[in-house]
Parts: sequence; C-alpha cells; structure tokens
Amino acid sequence: MSTEPIAQIVDAKGLSCPMPIVKTAQAAKSLTSGQLLEVLATDAGSTKDFAAWAKATGNELVEQTVEGGVYRFVLRKK
Amino acid sequence: MTVIAAPDMTVAAEPAPAGAPDHEHEQKPRDILIICYSGELEKIWAAMILATTGVAMGAKVRVFLTFWGLQAFVKDEVRITGDNTMQKMMSFMQRPGISHRKLSKMNFLGMGPWMMYKLAKQYNSARPKELLEAAQAMGVEFMPCQMTMEMFGLKREDMIDGLGDPVGAATVIGLMQGGDAPLFI
Repeated sequence: MSTEPIAQIVDAKGLSCPMPIVKTAQAAKSLTSGQLLEVLATDAGSTKDFAAWAKATGNELVEQTVEGGVYRFVLRKK
Repeated sequence: MTVIAAPDMTVAAEPAPAGAPDHEHEQKPRDILIICYSGELEKIWAAMILATTGVAMGAKVRVFLTFWGLQAFVKDEVRITGDNTMQKMMSFMQRPGISHRKLSKMNFLGMGPWMMYKLAKQYNSARPKELLEAAQAMGVEFMPCQMTMEMFGLKREDMIDGLGDPVGAATVIGLMQGGDAPLFI
C-alpha cells in the first residue's frame, strides 16, 4: 500500500463498460502530472481494461487490488 | 497529417536515427475514424461505446455520420424532416434522433428497444444518448455527410448541437490515407 496522498477518487462501482474508463479519463484530465487517482470498479473486465488504458495513455498503474468484488486501481497521472 | 519521411532521408542526415527513438518513445496513438453508417440501435450503441473509449484511451476520434447513421444525430425532439413529400415521408416512417433507434432484429414495434433499455438500466450500462454526451464533452469530432444532409433534406438546425462542418467522402478517405484506423459501423 502506498502512503502517497490520493488526489481524486473515481467511484465507478456498478458501472459497466465503457463508463469506468470514460470516467477515469475525464477525471485524469483535471489532475496535474504525478498526482494519484484512485478508481473503484466492479466491472470484471476492468482488470484488463485499466492495464490497457494505462499502457495507451502513458499513465502509470501503480497499484491494483481486488477485495469483495471491488477492483481498486491507483494510477499516476503522466 | 504528417508526411512520413522518405527512407533515404535518414541515410543523408546522420543525426536523424538518434532523434528517431524519441518519437517512438512518445508513441502517438493512431487516430480513429468511425464511419457511422447504420442507424439501428445496436450499431449506434457500438459506435458510441467505441468513440468514448477511443477518446478515453488518448486517441483523436472522428465520427463520420452518413446515410442511416446521420438520422441518429437529428435532435430527439425533431419529428419530421425534409423539404419535399418524399423526404418528409421517410422521416415519418423512421423517426430520427438517437433515442428513437430501432433494433435490426427483434424490434417488435419497439418492445425490443424497450427491453434493451430496461436491461441497460438494470446492468448500469450507459445508453447511446449518455455516451454521445460523454463523447462530445471529451472532444470526439462529429462530421456530418454533406450528401446525406441534402438527400434527406436535413438542415443544420435539425441536427444536435456541436456537430462539425459537413464533409464529403474525400475527407474520409483522406483521413484513412493519413493513417486513421477506420471502423465502418
């Protein structure tokens, strides 16, 4: 677990494709480089989708955990 | 659009290879060009999912609206479009607007779309209209087809806000030639 402060949290729980990614991209726009963004999602496809999103956009996927069906992603803005 | 340098240019200019990896490092994603041709609910839905996802992934996304696809981008509240009887009749038989799409299969006089929307709500899937709004907010560019506008007698004021200038097939082909990843939906 990282101890760095999270700048913004996106609650995408319950939303299905493509809204978790769309909401994340929208939220990432308002962050400055280096800030952390936390995303919570329940869409089972999001594990692969967030890795793909990070790779495509150059933002770093810092952490990825799953607990009780909730996927948690911590991303660092490029 | 960028012009790709001729291969012999790197031979002529020695420092070029050193600069080249820098460009590769900042690998720019390919632009995406969605040709939105079909007007059925499921196809408009797919086009909107891919448009929003594309722009979320950092790609420049353009959507060319043509033939039946263009009908979906008439304002929902506009009922009859066109100047002459035939055009008016066509809009009467097939209601324009993104919220009035029919399914290509199992439409059953609107029962099919109603069930699709009900399922979408149950599973928290965004409807085409919501996806369209997100796409526009995120900078997806919508290009109506000039020829279709004329053929169906559609006016700019019939269309939803935020559409770009009407263009023709040459613009679409030009974008493909420039390297845009094309999708024909």
